[in-house]
Amino acid sequence: MSDIKKFMYLNRRAPYGTIYAWESLEVVLIGAAFDQQVSLMFMDDGVFQLVKGSDTSQSDMKNFLPTYRTLGDYGVRHLYVDKASLEARGLTTDDLIEVAWEDFETEEEVDNIVEAVDADQVVQLMAESEVVFSF
Amino acid sequence: MPIEVNGKTLETDEEGYLANINEWEPGVAEVMAKEDELDLTDEHWEIIKFLREYYEEYQIAPAVRVLTKAVGKKMGKDKGNSKYLYGLFPYGPGKQACRYAGLPKPTGCV
Repeated sequence: MSDIKKFMYLNRRAPYGTIYAWESLEVVLIGAAFDQQVSLMFMDDGVFQLVKGSDTSQSDMKNFLPTYRTLGDYGVRHLYVDKASLEARGLTTDDLIEVAWEDFETEEEVDNIVEAVDADQVVQLMAESEVVFSF
Repeated sequence: MPIEVNGKTLETDEEGYLANINEWEPGVAEVMAKEDELDLTDEHWEIIKFLREYYEEYQIAPAVRVLTKAVGKKMGKDKGNSKYLYGLFPYGPGKQACRYAGLPKPTGCV
């Protein structure tokens, strides 16, 4: 099939308080069934979606941080994080969860598909994407 | 429609999935399987248990493709294939096994 498109899901909002982050994650999980080339970009407060150790027990929302770790199994190849957004919030990639990826057929493995990128790369990655969903 | 399990009445959604995952007990799977006229074997329980663990770890019910892959990784390719899983759960391993395990309907299943 030659209909494979490059999809990018752009996440710019904090994980809890609104439904955007969870909705985005659900669309990614559903979309992954269609064998597209999928990557995610986290910018602005969206970087908080990947911060380790979140605790939602005092809120009414389910903690869906563990669900990001399945994205590799759903065929997502890249989770990009905007470096400037991390720095502005006093965060580094050490504060973020790791997501592994493995091709079950070829046994090719990547330990962590979470990657910090600078502004030029952000622009380039977005320009390369054929479809961008913004949440 | 609510189901009766060991004298308790448990709520389900319109498609028969348990409303509250925390109310699950093995009797739930037994009652649901009986309605489907399916005898649960150790092989069925292995998948049901696996799904419960998967949900515990990742907070979602896996899509059937991901379930197949994950079962293969844990139990070997003999079991991590559609033929084996559909053999056990003819209504679809994603939907049927998740329902028996008390999980919500898998994300992405229509």
